Amino acid sequence: MRCQHCDKPAVVHEVLIKNGKRTEVHLCETHAAEAGVPVTLHQPINQLLSQLVNVSPAGAKASPAKAQPTCSTCGLTFAQFRNSGILGCPDCYDIFEQNLGPLIEKAHAGAVSHTGKVPQRAGGNLDLQLLRQRLVRELDEAVAAEQYERAARLRDRLLTLPESGCSPATGIGEIEGA
Amino acid sequence: MRLAPNGPLLDEAGPDSDVVLSSRVRLARNLAGFPFVNKATVAQRHQVIGLVQRVGLESTLGTGTVWVNLMHATSKERQLLVERHLISRQLAEGDTPRAVAISPDERISVMINEEDHLRLQVLLPGQQLEDALSRANSVDDAVETKLDVSFSRRWGYLTACPTNVGCGIRLSVMLHLPALRMTGEIERVRRAAKELHLAVRGFYGEGSDSTGDLYQVSNQVTLGVSENDLLEQFCQRIVPRLIDYERQARRLLEQSPTTLDDRLHRAMGVLRSARLMGIDEAMKLLSRIRLGACLGRLPDVDLRTVRRLLLQAQPAHLQLAMGSELGEDQLREARATMIREALT
Ligand SMILES: [Zn+2]
Ligand SMILES: [Zn+2]
Repeated sequence: MRCQHCDKPAVVHEVLIKNGKRTEVHLCETHAAEAGVPVTLHQPINQLLSQLVNVSPAGAKASPAKAQPTCSTCGLTFAQFRNSGILGCPDCYDIFEQNLGPLIEKAHAGAVSHTGKVPQRAGGNLDLQLLRQRLVRELDEAVAAEQYERAARLRDRLLTLPESGCSPATGIGEIEGA
Repeated sequence: MRLAPNGPLLDEAGPDSDVVLSSRVRLARNLAGFPFVNKATVAQRHQVIGLVQRVGLESTLGTGTVWVNLMHATSKERQLLVERHLISRQLAEGDTPRAVAISPDERISVMINEEDHLRLQVLLPGQQLEDALSRANSVDDAVETKLDVSFSRRWGYLTACPTNVGCGIRLSVMLHLPALRMTGEIERVRRAAKELHLAVRGFYGEGSDSTGDLYQVSNQVTLGVSENDLLEQFCQRIVPRLIDYERQARRLLEQSPTTLDDRLHRAMGVLRSARLMGIDEAMKLLSRIRLGACLGRLPDVDLRTVRRLLLQAQPAHLQLAMGSELGEDQLREARATMIREALT
Protein backbone atom coordinates (compact mmCIF):
# COMPACT_ATOMS: atom_id res chain seq x y z
CA MET A 1 0.00 0.00 0.00
CA ARG A 2 1.34 3.41 -1.02
CA CYS A 3 0.93 6.71 0.80
CA GLN A 4 -2.07 8.64 -0.48
CA HIS A 5 0.04 11.78 -0.91
CA CYS A 6 3.23 10.39 -2.41
CA ASP A 7 4.85 7.19 -3.65
CA LYS A 8 6.46 6.05 -0.44
CA PRO A 9 5.13 2.98 1.34
CA ALA A 10 2.37 3.77 3.80
CA VAL A 11 3.19 3.03 7.43
CA VAL A 12 -0.03 4.36 8.93
CA HIS A 13 -3.28 2.69 7.99
CA GLU A 14 -6.28 3.99 9.80
CA VAL A 15 -9.96 3.58 9.49
CA LEU A 16 -11.50 6.68 10.94
CA ILE A 17 -15.15 6.83 11.77
CA LYS A 18 -16.23 10.40 11.80
CA ASN A 19 -19.84 11.49 11.96
CA GLY A 20 -20.75 7.92 11.19
CA LYS A 21 -18.73 7.99 7.97
CA ARG A 22 -15.88 5.62 7.32
CA THR A 23 -12.72 6.97 5.77
CA GLU A 24 -9.49 5.12 5.22
CA VAL A 25 -6.18 6.90 5.61
CA HIS A 26 -2.88 5.56 4.30
CA LEU A 27 0.18 7.67 4.96
CA CYS A 28 3.95 7.39 4.77
CA GLU A 29 6.03 8.31 7.81
CA THR A 30 6.64 11.87 6.60
CA HIS A 31 3.04 12.61 5.70
CA ALA A 32 1.76 10.94 8.84
CA ALA A 33 4.00 13.21 10.91
CA GLU A 34 2.81 16.21 8.91
CA ALA A 35 -0.82 15.32 9.45
CA GLY A 36 -0.14 14.85 13.14
CA VAL A 37 -1.21 11.21 12.97
CA PRO A 38 0.73 9.32 15.59
CA VAL A 39 2.83 6.63 14.01
CA THR A 40 2.05 3.92 16.51
CA LEU A 41 5.13 3.34 18.56
CA HIS A 42 3.69 0.25 20.07
CA GLN A 43 5.18 -2.40 17.83
CA PRO A 44 2.46 -4.97 17.39
CA ILE A 45 3.45 -8.43 18.47
CA ASN A 46 2.67 -9.90 15.07
CA GLN A 47 5.20 -7.53 13.55
CA LEU A 48 7.76 -8.71 16.07
CA LEU A 49 6.74 -12.21 15.17
CA SER A 50 7.19 -11.76 11.46
CA GLN A 51 10.67 -10.42 12.14
CA LEU A 52 11.49 -13.55 14.04
CA VAL A 53 9.84 -16.09 11.81
CA ASN A 54 12.97 -16.72 9.81
CA VAL A 55 15.30 -16.47 12.75
CA SER A 56 15.20 -19.37 15.12
CA PRO A 57 14.31 -17.99 18.52
CA ALA A 58 17.17 -17.71 20.96
CA GLY A 59 17.66 -20.86 22.96
CA ALA A 60 15.32 -22.94 20.83
CA LYS A 61 16.61 -25.48 18.36
CA ALA A 62 15.33 -24.77 14.87
CA SER A 63 13.00 -27.56 13.87
CA PRO A 64 11.02 -26.26 10.91
CA ALA A 65 10.04 -29.71 9.65
CA LYS A 66 8.34 -30.65 12.92
CA ALA A 67 4.59 -30.45 13.25
CA GLN A 68 3.22 -27.04 14.22
CA PRO A 69 3.03 -26.81 18.04
CA THR A 70 -0.58 -26.84 19.19
CA CYS A 71 -2.10 -26.07 22.57
CA SER A 72 -3.78 -29.25 23.77
CA THR A 73 -6.11 -27.29 26.04
CA CYS A 74 -7.64 -24.79 23.63
CA GLY A 75 -6.52 -26.08 20.23
CA LEU A 76 -4.68 -22.92 19.18
CA THR A 77 -1.71 -23.51 16.90
CA PHE A 78 1.38 -21.36 17.10
CA ALA A 79 0.74 -20.34 13.50
CA GLN A 80 -2.68 -18.98 14.49
CA PHE A 81 -1.09 -17.03 17.29
CA ARG A 82 1.43 -15.66 14.83
CA ASN A 83 -1.42 -14.27 12.76
CA SER A 84 -3.55 -12.80 15.51
CA GLY A 85 -1.05 -12.01 18.26
CA ILE A 86 -3.64 -13.37 20.70
CA LEU A 87 -3.28 -16.54 22.76
CA GLY A 88 -6.18 -18.90 23.40
CA CYS A 89 -5.84 -19.86 27.04
CA PRO A 90 -3.52 -19.68 30.06
CA ASP A 91 -1.92 -23.02 29.15
CA CYS A 92 -0.72 -21.57 25.83
CA TYR A 93 1.97 -19.78 27.85
CA ASP A 94 3.41 -23.12 29.03
CA ILE A 95 2.91 -25.05 25.84
CA PHE A 96 4.47 -22.41 23.58
CA GLU A 97 7.05 -21.28 26.15
CA GLN A 98 10.08 -22.07 23.98
CA ASN A 99 8.80 -20.02 21.05
CA LEU A 100 6.98 -17.42 23.07
CA GLY A 101 9.66 -16.67 25.68
CA PRO A 102 12.04 -14.77 23.38
CA LEU A 103 9.12 -12.83 21.86
CA ILE A 104 7.82 -11.78 25.25
CA GLU A 105 11.30 -10.72 26.30
CA LYS A 106 11.63 -8.62 23.20
CA ALA A 107 8.24 -6.97 23.66
CA HIS A 108 9.06 -6.14 27.28
CA ALA A 109 12.53 -4.64 26.95
CA GLY A 110 14.34 -7.84 27.91
CA ALA A 111 12.35 -8.78 30.99
CA VAL A 112 12.45 -12.51 31.72
CA SER A 113 9.78 -12.81 34.40
CA HIS A 114 7.20 -11.06 36.54
CA THR A 115 7.85 -8.76 39.46
CA GLY A 116 4.99 -6.97 41.14
CA LYS A 117 1.58 -7.75 42.48
CA VAL A 118 0.73 -11.35 43.26
CA PRO A 119 -2.92 -12.30 43.66
CA GLN A 120 -3.88 -13.46 47.13
CA ARG A 121 -5.06 -16.82 45.89
CA ALA A 122 -2.06 -17.58 43.63
CA GLY A 123 -0.36 -20.96 43.97
CA GLY A 124 2.28 -21.17 46.67
CA ASN A 125 5.84 -22.39 46.81
CA LEU A 126 5.54 -25.20 44.30
CA ASP A 127 5.19 -22.61 41.53
CA LEU A 128 8.20 -20.77 42.80
CA GLN A 129 10.37 -23.89 42.79
CA LEU A 130 9.32 -24.64 39.23
CA LEU A 131 10.14 -21.11 38.16
CA ARG A 132 13.54 -21.32 39.81
CA GLN A 133 14.30 -24.60 38.00
CA ARG A 134 13.25 -23.12 34.68
CA LEU A 135 15.30 -19.98 35.08
CA VAL A 136 18.37 -22.01 36.09
CA ARG A 137 17.93 -24.21 33.02
CA GLU A 138 17.57 -21.17 30.76
CA LEU A 139 20.59 -19.56 32.38
CA ASP A 140 22.69 -22.63 31.56
CA GLU A 141 21.42 -22.58 27.98
CA ALA A 142 22.11 -18.87 27.62
CA VAL A 143 25.67 -19.26 28.90
CA ALA A 144 26.27 -22.23 26.62
CA ALA A 145 24.99 -20.18 23.67
CA GLU A 146 27.17 -17.22 24.74
CA GLN A 147 24.08 -14.98 25.16
CA TYR A 148 25.61 -13.02 27.99
CA GLU A 149 23.12 -10.17 28.20
CA ARG A 150 20.28 -12.61 28.48
CA ALA A 151 22.25 -14.68 30.96
CA ALA A 152 22.77 -11.58 33.09
CA ARG A 153 19.06 -10.82 33.08
CA LEU A 154 18.25 -14.38 34.07
CA ARG A 155 20.83 -14.31 36.86
CA ASP A 156 19.46 -11.01 38.18
CA ARG A 157 15.99 -12.43 38.20
CA LEU A 158 17.13 -15.54 40.05
CA LEU A 159 18.80 -13.37 42.68
CA THR A 160 15.61 -11.40 43.27
CA LEU A 161 13.32 -14.42 43.48
CA PRO A 162 11.73 -14.57 46.90
CA GLU A 163 12.98 -17.37 49.13
CA SER A 164 10.55 -20.27 49.34
CA GLY A 165 8.25 -19.79 52.25
CA CYS A 166 8.59 -16.01 52.37
CA SER A 167 6.23 -13.48 50.89
CA PRO A 168 7.58 -11.50 47.95
CA ALA A 169 9.47 -8.33 48.72
CA THR A 170 7.88 -6.30 45.96
CA GLY A 171 4.29 -5.69 45.00
CA ILE A 172 1.36 -3.85 46.32
CA GLY A 173 -0.70 -6.86 47.23
CA GLU A 174 1.55 -8.48 49.78
CA ILE A 175 0.53 -11.99 50.64
CA GLU A 176 -0.86 -12.08 54.11
CA GLY A 177 -0.47 -15.55 55.48
CA ALA A 178 -1.60 -17.01 52.17
CA MET B 1 -29.09 3.07 30.20
CA ARG B 2 -28.94 6.10 32.45
CA LEU B 3 -25.99 8.44 32.05
CA ALA B 4 -26.02 12.14 32.80
CA PRO B 5 -25.49 14.35 29.72
CA ASN B 6 -22.30 15.67 31.31
CA GLY B 7 -19.90 13.23 32.88
CA PRO B 8 -19.05 13.93 36.51
CA LEU B 9 -15.46 14.32 35.38
CA LEU B 10 -16.41 17.73 34.04
CA ASP B 11 -17.00 19.13 37.50
CA GLU B 12 -13.39 19.01 38.49
CA ALA B 13 -10.19 19.84 36.63
CA GLY B 14 -7.69 18.12 38.90
CA PRO B 15 -3.98 18.83 39.47
CA ASP B 16 -1.84 20.16 36.58
CA SER B 17 -4.94 20.46 34.44
CA ASP B 18 -3.37 23.08 32.16
CA VAL B 19 -1.61 20.13 30.51
CA VAL B 20 -3.02 16.92 31.99
CA LEU B 21 -6.68 16.31 31.18
CA SER B 22 -6.99 12.95 32.85
CA SER B 23 -5.16 10.02 34.37
CA ARG B 24 -6.13 6.45 33.72
CA VAL B 25 -5.13 3.07 35.10
CA ARG B 26 -6.25 -0.11 33.39
CA LEU B 27 -5.71 -3.65 34.65
CA ALA B 28 -6.14 -6.75 32.49
CA ARG B 29 -7.26 -9.90 34.29
CA ASN B 30 -8.52 -13.33 33.26
CA LEU B 31 -10.41 -15.88 35.29
CA ALA B 32 -8.67 -19.19 35.90
CA GLY B 33 -10.35 -22.26 34.45
CA PHE B 34 -11.59 -20.57 31.28
CA PRO B 35 -10.01 -20.08 27.87
CA PHE B 36 -9.35 -16.45 26.98
CA VAL B 37 -12.29 -14.58 25.45
CA ASN B 38 -11.42 -15.31 21.80
CA LYS B 39 -11.39 -19.08 22.44
CA ALA B 40 -14.28 -19.11 24.91
CA THR B 41 -17.66 -20.45 23.84
CA VAL B 42 -20.73 -18.23 24.03
CA ALA B 43 -21.83 -20.17 27.11
CA GLN B 44 -18.45 -19.62 28.77
CA ARG B 45 -18.60 -15.91 28.03
CA HIS B 46 -22.02 -15.74 29.69
CA GLN B 47 -20.58 -17.69 32.61
CA VAL B 48 -17.73 -15.18 33.00
CA ILE B 49 -20.21 -12.29 33.08
CA GLY B 50 -22.29 -14.15 35.66
CA LEU B 51 -19.30 -14.85 37.88
CA VAL B 52 -18.17 -11.23 37.84
CA GLN B 53 -21.70 -9.98 38.51
CA ARG B 54 -21.83 -12.16 41.61
CA VAL B 55 -18.59 -10.68 43.00
CA GLY B 56 -20.57 -7.75 44.35
CA LEU B 57 -18.55 -5.02 42.68
CA GLU B 58 -21.07 -2.53 44.08
CA SER B 59 -19.23 -2.66 47.40
CA THR B 60 -16.13 -1.08 45.83
CA LEU B 61 -17.73 0.79 42.92
CA GLY B 62 -20.49 2.23 45.06
CA THR B 63 -24.25 1.75 45.34
CA GLY B 64 -25.92 2.85 42.15
CA THR B 65 -23.38 1.06 39.98
CA VAL B 66 -24.76 0.78 36.45
CA TRP B 67 -24.49 -2.51 34.57
CA VAL B 68 -24.73 -2.25 30.81
CA ASN B 69 -25.27 -5.38 28.74
CA LEU B 70 -23.68 -4.38 25.45
CA MET B 71 -25.70 -6.95 23.52
CA HIS B 72 -28.80 -4.94 24.36
CA ALA B 73 -27.37 -1.44 24.10
CA THR B 74 -28.04 0.54 20.92
CA SER B 75 -25.12 1.63 18.79
CA LYS B 76 -25.68 5.21 19.93
CA GLU B 77 -25.46 4.21 23.57
CA ARG B 78 -22.30 2.27 22.89
CA GLN B 79 -20.80 5.25 21.09
CA LEU B 80 -21.72 7.46 24.04
CA LEU B 81 -19.78 5.18 26.39
CA VAL B 82 -16.76 5.35 24.08
CA GLU B 83 -16.92 9.15 23.93
CA ARG B 84 -17.11 9.20 27.72
CA HIS B 85 -14.00 6.94 27.78
CA LEU B 86 -15.89 4.39 29.84
CA ILE B 87 -15.45 1.54 27.38
CA SER B 88 -13.00 0.82 24.57
CA ARG B 89 -13.95 0.82 20.92
CA GLN B 90 -13.21 -2.88 20.86
CA LEU B 91 -15.83 -3.54 23.52
CA ALA B 92 -18.32 -1.27 21.75
CA GLU B 93 -17.89 -2.98 18.41
CA GLY B 94 -17.80 -6.63 19.47
CA ASP B 95 -20.69 -9.00 18.81
CA THR B 96 -20.42 -11.48 21.65
CA PRO B 97 -21.78 -11.49 25.21
CA ARG B 98 -20.05 -8.59 26.92
CA ALA B 99 -20.87 -6.08 29.60
CA VAL B 100 -19.57 -3.15 31.59
CA ALA B 101 -20.10 -2.06 35.18
CA ILE B 102 -19.80 1.68 35.76
CA SER B 103 -19.44 3.34 39.15
CA PRO B 104 -21.99 6.08 39.90
CA ASP B 105 -19.28 8.75 39.70
CA GLU B 106 -18.12 7.30 36.35
CA ARG B 107 -14.57 7.07 37.63
CA ILE B 108 -14.38 3.31 37.62
CA SER B 109 -15.52 0.93 34.93
CA VAL B 110 -15.12 -2.80 34.64
CA MET B 111 -15.32 -4.18 31.11
CA ILE B 112 -16.15 -7.86 30.80
CA ASN B 113 -15.17 -9.94 27.76
CA GLU B 114 -13.14 -7.36 25.94
CA GLU B 115 -9.80 -8.86 24.84
CA ASP B 116 -9.43 -10.20 28.39
CA HIS B 117 -12.18 -11.40 30.70
CA LEU B 118 -11.77 -8.29 32.82
CA ARG B 119 -10.45 -4.84 32.11
CA LEU B 120 -10.66 -2.67 35.21
CA GLN B 121 -10.34 1.02 34.56
CA VAL B 122 -10.06 4.06 36.81
CA LEU B 123 -10.23 7.47 35.16
CA LEU B 124 -9.61 10.64 37.17
CA PRO B 125 -9.33 14.29 36.13
CA GLY B 126 -5.88 15.90 36.01
CA GLN B 127 -2.70 14.21 37.20
CA GLN B 128 -3.94 11.72 39.77
CA LEU B 129 -2.22 8.51 38.75
CA GLU B 130 -1.40 7.53 42.29
CA ASP B 131 -4.99 7.76 43.42
CA ALA B 132 -6.11 5.99 40.24
CA LEU B 133 -3.73 3.10 40.90
CA SER B 134 -4.81 2.67 44.49
CA ARG B 135 -8.49 2.63 43.47
CA ALA B 136 -7.77 0.14 40.68
CA ASN B 137 -6.00 -2.07 43.20
CA SER B 138 -8.94 -2.07 45.58
CA VAL B 139 -11.30 -3.16 42.82
CA ASP B 140 -8.79 -5.79 41.74
CA ASP B 141 -8.46 -7.03 45.34
CA ALA B 142 -12.23 -7.26 45.62
CA VAL B 143 -12.32 -9.44 42.50
CA GLU B 144 -9.37 -11.56 43.58
CA THR B 145 -10.81 -12.41 46.97
CA LYS B 146 -13.86 -13.89 45.23
CA LEU B 147 -12.47 -15.34 42.01
CA ASP B 148 -9.36 -17.23 40.94
CA VAL B 149 -7.36 -15.20 38.48
CA SER B 150 -4.99 -16.68 35.88
CA PHE B 151 -1.50 -16.10 37.17
CA SER B 152 1.88 -17.75 36.79
CA ARG B 153 4.99 -17.12 38.84
CA ARG B 154 6.99 -16.74 35.69
CA TRP B 155 4.77 -14.51 33.57
CA GLY B 156 2.60 -12.89 36.21
CA TYR B 157 -1.02 -12.12 35.25
CA LEU B 158 -1.74 -14.12 32.11
CA THR B 159 -3.36 -12.04 29.38
CA ALA B 160 -4.68 -12.93 25.94
CA CYS B 161 -2.07 -10.73 24.30
CA PRO B 162 1.48 -11.32 25.58
CA THR B 163 2.18 -7.59 25.29
CA ASN B 164 0.08 -7.12 28.47
CA VAL B 165 1.46 -10.04 30.45
CA GLY B 166 3.16 -9.44 33.81
CA CYS B 167 1.41 -6.87 35.93
CA GLY B 168 -1.19 -6.41 33.17
CA ILE B 169 -1.26 -2.72 33.84
CA ARG B 170 -1.46 0.37 31.66
CA LEU B 171 -0.90 3.73 33.26
CA SER B 172 -1.79 6.57 30.98
CA VAL B 173 -2.25 10.30 30.95
CA MET B 174 -4.24 12.31 28.43
CA LEU B 175 -2.19 15.39 27.65
CA HIS B 176 -3.09 18.63 25.91
CA LEU B 177 0.04 19.57 23.97
CA PRO B 178 -0.95 22.39 21.59
CA ALA B 179 2.26 24.39 22.06
CA LEU B 180 4.52 21.42 21.38
CA ARG B 181 2.48 20.76 18.26
CA MET B 182 2.65 24.40 17.11
CA THR B 183 6.38 24.67 17.74
CA GLY B 184 6.97 21.38 15.93
CA GLU B 185 8.55 19.80 19.00
CA ILE B 186 6.01 17.02 19.19
CA GLU B 187 8.11 14.72 17.01
CA ARG B 188 10.98 14.97 19.48
CA VAL B 189 8.59 14.07 22.24
CA ARG B 190 7.49 11.03 20.24
CA ARG B 191 11.06 9.90 19.73
CA ALA B 192 11.93 10.39 23.39
CA ALA B 193 8.79 8.49 24.37
CA LYS B 194 9.79 5.61 22.13
CA GLU B 195 13.16 5.34 23.84
CA LEU B 196 11.41 5.18 27.19
CA HIS B 197 9.14 2.38 25.90
CA LEU B 198 6.06 4.57 26.01
CA ALA B 199 3.18 4.55 23.56
CA VAL B 200 1.80 7.84 22.27
CA ARG B 201 -1.73 7.66 20.88
CA GLY B 202 -4.62 9.91 19.96
CA PHE B 203 -7.76 10.91 21.82
CA TYR B 204 -9.59 7.60 21.49
CA GLY B 205 -6.65 5.33 22.18
CA GLU B 206 -5.27 2.76 19.81
CA GLY B 207 -5.48 3.66 16.15
CA SER B 208 -6.95 7.11 16.65
CA ASP B 209 -5.39 10.39 15.62
CA SER B 210 -4.39 13.30 17.80
CA THR B 211 -7.59 15.28 17.36
CA GLY B 212 -7.45 18.54 19.28
CA ASP B 213 -3.75 18.19 20.15
CA LEU B 214 -4.66 15.54 22.71
CA TYR B 215 -2.16 12.78 23.24
CA GLN B 216 -2.44 9.70 25.38
CA VAL B 217 0.89 8.54 26.78
CA SER B 218 1.09 5.07 28.32
CA ASN B 219 3.58 2.40 29.32
CA GLN B 220 4.23 -0.49 26.98
CA VAL B 221 6.32 -2.72 29.19
CA THR B 222 4.29 -4.70 31.70
CA LEU B 223 6.70 -7.53 32.51
CA GLY B 224 9.61 -7.25 34.93
CA VAL B 225 8.37 -3.97 36.35
CA SER B 226 6.13 -3.61 39.37
CA GLU B 227 3.09 -1.38 39.53
CA ASN B 228 4.95 0.88 41.94
CA ASP B 229 8.02 1.12 39.67
CA LEU B 230 5.78 2.26 36.84
CA LEU B 231 3.91 4.70 39.03
CA GLU B 232 7.17 6.21 40.20
CA GLN B 233 8.49 6.49 36.64
CA PHE B 234 5.34 8.27 35.52
CA CYS B 235 4.87 10.54 38.52
CA GLN B 236 8.49 11.43 39.22
CA ARG B 237 9.93 11.59 35.73
CA ILE B 238 7.78 11.18 32.66
CA VAL B 239 4.72 13.28 33.39
CA PRO B 240 6.52 16.19 35.11
CA ARG B 241 8.98 16.34 32.23
CA LEU B 242 6.24 16.40 29.60
CA ILE B 243 4.31 19.05 31.54
CA ASP B 244 7.43 21.14 31.84
CA TYR B 245 8.23 20.74 28.17
CA GLU B 246 4.76 21.88 27.09
CA ARG B 247 4.84 24.82 29.50
CA GLN B 248 8.20 25.91 28.08
CA ALA B 249 6.79 25.71 24.57
CA ARG B 250 3.85 27.83 25.71
CA ARG B 251 6.26 30.45 27.05
CA LEU B 252 8.09 30.36 23.74
CA LEU B 253 4.83 31.07 21.89
CA GLU B 254 4.16 33.97 24.25
CA GLN B 255 7.37 35.61 23.08
CA SER B 256 5.53 36.38 19.83
CA PRO B 257 2.34 37.64 21.43
CA THR B 258 0.75 39.07 18.30
CA THR B 259 1.16 35.85 16.32
CA LEU B 260 -0.17 33.82 19.23
CA ASP B 261 -3.12 36.12 19.92
CA ASP B 262 -3.95 36.15 16.24
CA ARG B 263 -4.24 32.35 16.29
CA LEU B 264 -6.27 32.32 19.48
CA HIS B 265 -8.68 35.03 18.42
CA ARG B 266 -9.14 33.57 14.95
CA ALA B 267 -10.14 30.30 16.59
CA MET B 268 -12.51 32.21 18.83
CA GLY B 269 -13.91 34.09 15.85
CA VAL B 270 -14.74 30.94 13.93
CA LEU B 271 -16.23 29.20 16.98
CA ARG B 272 -18.42 32.22 17.65
CA SER B 273 -19.65 32.66 14.13
CA ALA B 274 -19.63 29.40 12.21
CA ARG B 275 -23.00 27.91 11.22
CA LEU B 276 -21.77 24.41 10.36
CA MET B 277 -19.00 22.61 12.11
CA GLY B 278 -17.52 19.10 11.81
CA ILE B 279 -16.06 17.34 14.82
CA ASP B 280 -12.42 17.64 13.69
CA GLU B 281 -12.62 21.37 13.20
CA ALA B 282 -14.41 21.77 16.51
CA MET B 283 -11.74 19.78 18.37
CA LYS B 284 -8.96 21.72 16.71
CA LEU B 285 -10.44 25.13 17.50
CA LEU B 286 -11.52 24.19 21.02
CA SER B 287 -7.97 23.03 21.62
CA ARG B 288 -6.74 26.48 20.60
CA ILE B 289 -9.06 28.34 22.91
CA ARG B 290 -8.27 25.93 25.71
CA LEU B 291 -4.66 26.99 25.30
CA GLY B 292 -5.74 30.65 25.29
CA ALA B 293 -7.76 30.19 28.45
CA CYS B 294 -4.91 28.37 30.24
CA LEU B 295 -2.56 31.23 29.35
CA GLY B 296 -5.07 33.82 30.51
CA ARG B 297 -5.11 35.37 27.03
CA LEU B 298 -8.82 34.74 26.46
CA PRO B 299 -10.20 36.04 29.75
CA ASP B 300 -13.85 35.57 28.82
CA VAL B 301 -13.38 31.86 28.10
CA ASP B 302 -14.13 29.58 31.02
CA LEU B 303 -12.10 26.33 31.08
CA ARG B 304 -15.08 24.44 32.39
CA THR B 305 -17.08 25.48 29.35
CA VAL B 306 -14.29 24.28 27.07
CA ARG B 307 -14.19 20.95 28.91
CA ARG B 308 -17.92 20.57 28.47
CA LEU B 309 -17.80 21.49 24.78
CA LEU B 310 -14.96 19.07 24.06
CA LEU B 311 -17.27 16.31 25.27
CA GLN B 312 -20.62 17.55 24.04
CA ALA B 313 -19.37 18.24 20.53
CA GLN B 314 -18.83 14.48 20.11
CA PRO B 315 -21.45 12.92 17.81
CA ALA B 316 -23.27 10.63 20.25
CA HIS B 317 -23.36 13.30 22.95
CA LEU B 318 -24.74 15.78 20.48
CA GLN B 319 -27.40 13.34 19.34
CA LEU B 320 -28.36 12.72 22.95
CA ALA B 321 -28.57 16.41 23.73
CA MET B 322 -30.73 17.06 20.66
CA GLY B 323 -32.94 14.14 21.54
CA SER B 324 -33.53 13.20 17.93
CA GLU B 325 -31.85 11.34 15.12
CA LEU B 326 -29.85 13.88 13.14
CA GLY B 327 -28.27 13.58 9.72
CA GLU B 328 -24.69 14.63 9.19
CA ASP B 329 -25.45 18.21 8.09
CA GLN B 330 -27.92 18.66 10.92
CA LEU B 331 -25.27 17.43 13.32
CA ARG B 332 -22.79 19.96 12.00
CA GLU B 333 -25.37 22.66 12.36
CA ALA B 334 -26.34 21.60 15.88
CA ARG B 335 -22.68 21.50 16.87
CA ALA B 336 -22.00 24.99 15.54
CA THR B 337 -25.09 26.36 17.30
CA MET B 338 -24.26 24.74 20.62
CA ILE B 339 -20.70 26.07 20.56
CA ARG B 340 -21.73 29.54 19.40
CA GLU B 341 -24.30 29.84 22.17
CA ALA B 342 -21.88 28.58 24.82
CA LEU B 343 -19.19 31.06 23.84
CA THR B 344 -21.18 34.24 23.30
ZN1 LIG C 1 3.70 10.41 1.73
ZN1 LIG D 1 -4.22 -22.69 24.83
